[in-house]
Amino acid sequence: MIENRPFITVFCHLFLLLGVAIIAFPIWITFVAATHDAVRMVQIPLPLWPGDQFFENLDQTWNAGIAGGVNQGVAVMMFNSLVMAMMIAVGKIAISLLSAFAIVYFKFPFRMGFFWLIFITLMLPVEVRIIPTFEVVANLNMLNTYWGLSIPLIASATATFMFRQTFLTIPDELLEAARIDGAGPMRFFIDILLPMSRTNIAALFVILFIYGWNQYLWPLLITTDQNMNTIVMAIKQMLEAAEQAPQWNVIMMTTLLAMLPPVAVVIFMQKLFVKGLTETEK
Amino acid sequence: MAQVRLDNLKKTYPNGFKAIHGVDVDIQDGEFLVLVGPSGCGKSTLLRMIAGLESISEGVLTIGERQVNDLEPADRDIAMVFQNYALYPHMSVFDNMAYGLKIRGIDKSEIRERVKKAADILELTDEQLSRKPRQLSGGQRQRVAMGRAIVREPSVFLFDEPLSNLDAKLRVQMRIEIRQLQERLGITSVYVTHDQVEAMTLGHRLVVLNEGRVEQLGTPIELYERPASLFVAGFIGSPAMNFATAQINGQGTAVALPGGAEFTLAEGVYPSHADRTVTLGIRPEDLTLSEKAQDNCVLTASLVEHLGADTLVHGHFGTDQTDMTVRLSGIRRVEKAQQLPLEILPEKLHLFDPESEKRLA
Repeated sequence: MIENRPFITVFCHLFLLLGVAIIAFPIWITFVAATHDAVRMVQIPLPLWPGDQFFENLDQTWNAGIAGGVNQGVAVMMFNSLVMAMMIAVGKIAISLLSAFAIVYFKFPFRMGFFWLIFITLMLPVEVRIIPTFEVVANLNMLNTYWGLSIPLIASATATFMFRQTFLTIPDELLEAARIDGAGPMRFFIDILLPMSRTNIAALFVILFIYGWNQYLWPLLITTDQNMNTIVMAIKQMLEAAEQAPQWNVIMMTTLLAMLPPVAVVIFMQKLFVKGLTETEK
Repeated sequence: MAQVRLDNLKKTYPNGFKAIHGVDVDIQDGEFLVLVGPSGCGKSTLLRMIAGLESISEGVLTIGERQVNDLEPADRDIAMVFQNYALYPHMSVFDNMAYGLKIRGIDKSEIRERVKKAADILELTDEQLSRKPRQLSGGQRQRVAMGRAIVREPSVFLFDEPLSNLDAKLRVQMRIEIRQLQERLGITSVYVTHDQVEAMTLGHRLVVLNEGRVEQLGTPIELYERPASLFVAGFIGSPAMNFATAQINGQGTAVALPGGAEFTLAEGVYPSHADRTVTLGIRPEDLTLSEKAQDNCVLTASLVEHLGADTLVHGHFGTDQTDMTVRLSGIRRVEKAQQLPLEILPEKLHLFDPESEKRLA
C-alpha cells in the first residue's frame, strides 16, 4: 500500500527526526562534555557546542585516569573489557555450538532432558545465582582473573537454543551424504556444520560481545584489584572518586571510549548480523 | 564392480514396526536393479539398509565378497545419489565432488584428475565447477550429485528417487542420461522410484515391493506380461489394468463376465480351474476393435479421452457395471453410448485368485 499524501510524509519525517534527536542528543552531550575542561563543565549553563580540550582530555583519560583518584588510565580497563567480552563471546559460541551439536546429532539417554536442563538455565542469569557463583569462583581462586570474569557468564541457553534451531533446518541428507563420503562426526561438524552456521555465528557474536562488554555487576563483585577493573564499572566509580566534584570531562570521555568497541563490532558485522537473523535458505 | 546379495533382509524399528519382512535378491555384477512400489512400501528403507544409513535387523547383506552388515556407509564401497541432491551448499561444485576423496586422503593431483574426468562424462564445464550449487539449475545439480558418486569409483551406485524434484521434460532427459551412464560405466546400480515408467525404462530387472514384501522380481517385460499378483498387475502399466470379477465355464475354455461378455481362454491352461470365480485382468491396450460381427464382447462407451496418439474409451460390457478402459491407437471418432465390438487374444487375459490375489497358471 503506497500513500501519496504530502502531509503524512512530512509528519512521518518530522516524527522520525524527533526520534533520532532523542536518541542522539545524549550522545552529543557526552561528546561535547568530553571536549571541555573540568572547570567549564561545572558552570551553568552546560555547553552545547564542542570546546577545544578534546585531545587533552583524551590523553588524560587514556593514560592517567581521573585527577586525584585511585584509578589508573582507561587504557588498562579498555583492555580488560575487551578480553572479557571476547572470552565471553567466543566461549559462549564454542560451548553452545558443541552442546547444540550433541543435542541435535547424537542419540543418548535423556537427550531431551539435557536439552531442557540447558534451556531452564535461561531463568538463572548471574544476578540470580550471584552468591553461589561467587563462592565457586572464590574457591577456585579465580577472583581478579580473566577466567573469573568470563567463565561464569559463558554457559548460554539462548545461543544453544539458537544453534539447535539452525542445525534442525539443515537437511538430514547432508549428514548422510557426509557419512557416505566418510566424514566422522567432528569432520562433519567442522567441514559442514560450522561453515553453514557462519552467519548465525556472526550474528550471535555481535549480540554476545555487547552482552559481555556491558557486564557491570559481576566484574564489580569479583575484581578488587584496580588492574582488573573493566571500563563499564569504572565509569560509575569515577563519579564517586576523589571526594570532589565529578570531573565530567574525563567521565564523559571514558563513556565515549566505552561506546566505541560495541559500535565498531556492530558496524563491521552489520551485514552478517542481518543475514544471520533473517536468512532461511540453507 | 560387484555383486550385491540381499539374504533375508529384515528391518524392525525399535517401536516394533516391521518395515521390511525378509527380502532376498541377488543383484548381478553390472546390473541395473530398480526397487519400485507405492509410497510407504519400504523401498527407500531397503536402499538405505544397503547404503548403511539404516541398520539391518536380520539377514545378511554382501557386497562383492564381503559381508557388510556392520560396516559404516563409507566403508561399503558405495555411492549414493539423493532425491534432494544433498550437495554441500557452502562448497563449490568441485569441492562437493572432491570432498569424499579428500577425506580418504587421496592426493590432490589425482583428485583433480578424477573430478575432471567425471565432469567430462557429465558435460560440466570448468566454469560450472567453480560455482556454488545454488547457482545451478535442478538438472545441473542432479548431474553434480551423480558426479560426486562417480568420482568415488564405487562398486555400487544407489539412487534414491533422484529425478522426482525435476520437471517432467527434464526427467525424461535425465532418465536417458542415467541409463546411458550406467551402461557406459557398467557399475552395479540400485535405483528407487515410485514412478513405474521410470522403473520400466531404467531397470534390467525390477523388484516390486508392497508393504515390505517382494511382490515380484523380474525383467520389465516379464512383469508386464505375466504379473504375479493383482498388486503388480495394477501397479505396472498406464492406464492401469482393468479388473472384473468373472466366472470360468465348466470346461475351462472361456471366462464370462456377469453381464454376458465372454472371452475365450488359451487352450489347455485352465481345465483344473473350471467353474471357478476369478478376478479377470485385461490391459486397456490389449483390447482391439473387432472386424467380426460378434455379440458377446461389446463395450458401451461412456466417456472418450483423446490423447492424440491414443484414444481412451471408458465404458462397460453389456449389463455389467464394472468400468473398463480401452486404449485404441490413433484418433478414433467414438461417440458416447456407441457400441464397440472388441476382441482380445486369449494369452493376453490375466486370471487371478480373488482370495490369495495370486496369478492362476
